[in-house]
Amino acid sequence: MQPVATAWFFYGLSAMAIISALMVITRKNPVHSALSLIFTLLSLAGLYLMLYAPFVAGVQIILYVGGIMVLFLFVIMLVNIEHNLREHQFNKQWFVATLATLVLGALFMFVYWKGKTLFPIVNAPAQEQANTQMVGRQLYTTYVYPFEIASILLLVAIVGAVVMAKKRI
Amino acid sequence: MAEIGTIHYLVVAAALFAIGTIGVLTRRNVVIILMSIELILNAVNLNLVAFSRMYGLHGQVFAIFVITDAAAEAAVGLGILIAFFRNKETINADEVDLLKW
Repeated sequence: MQPVATAWFFYGLSAMAIISALMVITRKNPVHSALSLIFTLLSLAGLYLMLYAPFVAGVQIILYVGGIMVLFLFVIMLVNIEHNLREHQFNKQWFVATLATLVLGALFMFVYWKGKTLFPIVNAPAQEQANTQMVGRQLYTTYVYPFEIASILLLVAIVGAVVMAKKRI
Repeated sequence: MAEIGTIHYLVVAAALFAIGTIGVLTRRNVVIILMSIELILNAVNLNLVAFSRMYGLHGQVFAIFVITDAAAEAAVGLGILIAFFRNKETINADEVDLLKW
């Protein structure tokens, strides 16, 4: 089966994801960072579509872009202070931290380069026509206990967020 | 053009992970630190979905669990941020020094 999306889609989406991720950590204004993060999440949703995972792509757009990022923008609106824009945006350990992280990234690249025979280029694509049904069946049979535990986790998070944001408990 | 394999996705995910780690370690604004944590979680999700093309659907199911955790973490973290802003009128991470001696 010939996939519709060619390699150019992959390179374009990856470049968009990485460039907007760099903009997330370099912009001064938190609103600009949030908008760049939205672009990163959307291009990652495109990459999920290229990987034959349409359900995860839909969840990514609905939950991340539609839910979490709106939450972020609301909190930025609540706590935005003007003099924060004139302060230093990076802390005193920025050079050491960047160096250590670049060494970590080089280690990743080295491991991938040495072990690239473990990941063959040719692999059978999953059946994309029934992806949502198959994911749902997995969620309700094999992973039913983690599913319920995730619902309890969300309940605890709701209660915790309300308690934290309340003025007087 | 070459065929896109799993290793390409892993390299993109490693780059996003490194960018997110730099953001967590170097920024002072707590909101941007939380956004960098979201970047790290998304890099992990990309790894999981890329492996699920090779080894079956379990990676996609786990990616959904990771998204659930990200939602819970963002809600609680932003709640803590609002409570902190109400007390100290700042959102810089290195001014959170109430427990420092």
